[in-house]
Amino acid sequence: MTSQVSSPAEQAEPADQQGGPGSAGERRTPDGGKEIRRLDRVIIRFAGDSGDGMQLTGDRFTSETASFGNDLSTLPNFPAEIRAPAGTLPGVSSFQLHFADHDILTPGDAPNVLVAMNPAALKANLGDVPRGAEIIVNTDEFTKRPMAKVGYATSPLEDGSLDGYSVHPVPLTTLTIEALKDFGLSRKEAERSKNMFALGLLSWMYHRPTEGTETFLRQKFAKKPEIAEANVAAFRAGWNFGETTEDFAVSYEVAPATTAFPAGTYRNISGNLALSYGLIAASRQADLPLFLGSYPITPASDILHELSRHKNFGVRTFQAEDEIAGIGAALGAAFGGALAVTTTSGPGVALKSETIGLAVSLELPLLIVDIQRGGPSTGLPTKTEQADLLQAMYGRNGEAPVPIVAPRTPADCFDATLDAARIALAYRTPVFLLSDGYLANGSEPWRIPEIDDLPDLRVQFATGPNHVQADGTEVFWPYKRDPETLARPWAVPGTPGLEHRIGGIEKQDGTGNISYDPANHDHMVRTRQAKVDGVRVPDLEVDDPTGDARTLVLGWGSTYGPITAAVRRVRGAGDRIAQAHLRHLNPFPANLGKVLEGYDKVVVPEMNLGQLATLIRARYLVDARSFTQVNGMPFKAEQLAAALKEAIDD
Amino acid sequence: MTETVAHGMPGIEALSLVSKAEAKQSMKDFKSDQEVRWCPGCGDYAILAAVQGFMPELGLAKENIVFVSGIGCSSRFPYYMNTYGMHSIHGRAPAIATGLAASRRDLSVWVVTGDGDALSIGGNHLIHALRRNVNLKILLFNNRIYGLTKGQYSPTSEVGKITKSTPMGSLDAPFNPVSLALGAEASFVARTVDSDRKHLTEVLRQAAAHPGTALVEIYQNCNIFNDGAFEVLKDKQQAEEAVIRLEHGRPIRFGADQDKGVVRDQATGDLEVVTVTPENEHRILVHDAHADSPTTAFALSRLAHPDTLHHTPIGVLRSVGRPVYDTDMATQLDAAVEQKGKGDLGALLAGNDTWTVVG
Repeated sequence: MTSQVSSPAEQAEPADQQGGPGSAGERRTPDGGKEIRRLDRVIIRFAGDSGDGMQLTGDRFTSETASFGNDLSTLPNFPAEIRAPAGTLPGVSSFQLHFADHDILTPGDAPNVLVAMNPAALKANLGDVPRGAEIIVNTDEFTKRPMAKVGYATSPLEDGSLDGYSVHPVPLTTLTIEALKDFGLSRKEAERSKNMFALGLLSWMYHRPTEGTETFLRQKFAKKPEIAEANVAAFRAGWNFGETTEDFAVSYEVAPATTAFPAGTYRNISGNLALSYGLIAASRQADLPLFLGSYPITPASDILHELSRHKNFGVRTFQAEDEIAGIGAALGAAFGGALAVTTTSGPGVALKSETIGLAVSLELPLLIVDIQRGGPSTGLPTKTEQADLLQAMYGRNGEAPVPIVAPRTPADCFDATLDAARIALAYRTPVFLLSDGYLANGSEPWRIPEIDDLPDLRVQFATGPNHVQADGTEVFWPYKRDPETLARPWAVPGTPGLEHRIGGIEKQDGTGNISYDPANHDHMVRTRQAKVDGVRVPDLEVDDPTGDARTLVLGWGSTYGPITAAVRRVRGAGDRIAQAHLRHLNPFPANLGKVLEGYDKVVVPEMNLGQLATLIRARYLVDARSFTQVNGMPFKAEQLAAALKEAIDD
Repeated sequence: MTETVAHGMPGIEALSLVSKAEAKQSMKDFKSDQEVRWCPGCGDYAILAAVQGFMPELGLAKENIVFVSGIGCSSRFPYYMNTYGMHSIHGRAPAIATGLAASRRDLSVWVVTGDGDALSIGGNHLIHALRRNVNLKILLFNNRIYGLTKGQYSPTSEVGKITKSTPMGSLDAPFNPVSLALGAEASFVARTVDSDRKHLTEVLRQAAAHPGTALVEIYQNCNIFNDGAFEVLKDKQQAEEAVIRLEHGRPIRFGADQDKGVVRDQATGDLEVVTVTPENEHRILVHDAHADSPTTAFALSRLAHPDTLHHTPIGVLRSVGRPVYDTDMATQLDAAVEQKGKGDLGALLAGNDTWTVVG
């Protein structure tokens, strides 16, 4: 899922075509030890109770995999409850990781390996696991009560329901407790390290480097060295268990994805982290202090957490009393000349709407970061969705246009943030940055940019009068616009001679004084619209390798990975399809209408009920076909490929 | 703050970071070119004149002064001040001003709000601004009515108020803004009256000098929808019995010939008004605006009868030093630079776990 990599589109993602991991040869160890098979990609899913530490386990495996140099894509999936009732289906937390020796685009449709820490985890995830896949189960948890809790009358480990899978029954809890018996921990404390035992086992199976995890554990538990050492011991015990036990006869190698990546220095990064770094970078490139006004909300809070750690960059983070105060404080800081940001999710946007309208009227730069989640109302706080597009586009009283920018992959959140900041600063306007839960928590390798290559975002504050009155006196008009961008001057308090008053009441063009004049209002409404319509955005690029496709698939935001994977499949099967992906939803790229005209069929996959399709149909009178899914999860490439194929053949 | 220097009050900590005016200012310097559009006879005119008249005393560069308001009659205030200003949206001025004050410590930030704006739709922002103690001066114009929407009862209207929206009388108990602010542990709480220019100005002086959030409730007459609401406090004769003028360090006495006083009930600890006699004179409470605990100030605020306004204390009820939010925020930023060095973007982006692909 390396967004930086434009791999040839005709090259299908071969492994995605098959059920199992792509095999790229096998060999035996010279000393006649265990067999080592070489794979080109693997999808692993760790699943357990929400208290079992599955997200941590997944994060660690991801870090090991990233530092090994594989391409990767992750899908954390967890309940909204911090500790849902133990052992129940709603309490299951999972982490899926897809890694490969080549360029990949998604966390993968179906796991090749499932690690199930309890019966609930097995039951909740088994439906996604194809026959033939490996399942590692913690047999200690397969006792009567935990099984009964999720409706297993008989043990699935014994009643044949796992026939056709390659099952590894491992008493993970017992083995962990046994491994830690010399640490003087209580049984309960020792049990907690079973996720590290599982991580050790999987790390052995896939030849992951281990130093990083051991260093991490010692740092994480620096204040409790005995717990740190217990976790390291459990981790090593898991590794040794894999190496010595007969049950694990084979281990796997997935070579680094060296050819998939352009030269450079890489790291793994999640969407919310990339977005946070984008904000800090934008602040530096604009030479303006960063101010974040925010209220905690899933899945956006990580940005507040991250930025609050970087006060040495001059970053001010303000945890407000509510969503409205979050954006209010940000707008106040913008008036004072800061690069101002508010971060939230859909319900928060609803509360901020009036202030966004004020920002439209005041024409001040402001970034509104919406990490979309399932809606309406509280909806599905920890699941992903793209259903805030129309809210961002239209969700305010009056004609209140706001530019919209949407990142396409976790790493792309960095570039999209810089772009949103560019628009906000240059045009003095609030800008929506529409990420989502999938991008926020998912991660992928990122080529670390050179600081010198980052865009220059500096703006000029107003310093003196900008208008000469009929009598020759020089005055400052807060709403006299730049003829090119239609932006008004940004005159910050502290600038002598430019004292002025602005507000949410309609203003006279130029002077900014209160005006109820009908013609002036009509002019101002049209001018604000013209300013947003005139925001410069790059033309939409179309990927149509054969040049004669009759069907176009058009997406936006986080569906980029699944759509591109689906397009590779379709092309791999010999069909022709063109692909385009929108970063700018308002205004649309100038060439979008022309692009759409060039195809007989336009398919628009979205994780909503067709919001972009609605905009496209209204704006361009194109008979766009919606393909939608709103189950809180990203599209699966296989299913999307089938839908595209159907459209092509229709 | 009793003395003023020729131009400027350089010794005031709350304003020490704000640029000073280069020349002596006059009231005229603070009048904007906009026509004032309140109803003739509105109490807002007197407050505007008092603020414009008092501003030159501060001696601040007027480009470093910002007035932020919400929505309502009083919230038109910023348009008439020749400073920077923002007329924002209903109830949100304290939040907006917090962002401005927290990010620009070189500004003197004032919030102008009303009883509906501050206590109804914006109640949450008000109490949180007070609890945080951001460097803001909040002027709450209380006329006990909604004026701009033409006369509905407000959160400070007396119970049983007959208005367009309450033809049979309002049902809900009013807020006492001073009690509310003290409950939120505001570091500076005062009350004054629009028509008493001298008292109003003196309270503004003390508010301006206060580091942190200052809440000044200003009783303001709406001569259209609630005329005479504070008449009992303004009519010279009635006021003698109704108004308790608080002065720090002075016994709390009022009434004709100062014959009334406030004493503490020994059994309950609550305050009560008594007629002063030689026997009880030693028990008359001496006002201590700087007491750490807001308890006595709160008890004082409860002396006022919500309907008749009898025994309404005016003046500074509380003025205490507390950590100031924006100062502490700046201190954290400095500490972070000291501990970690000035932010290095390249190092931040690279993080600790990288790998290199050679082309």
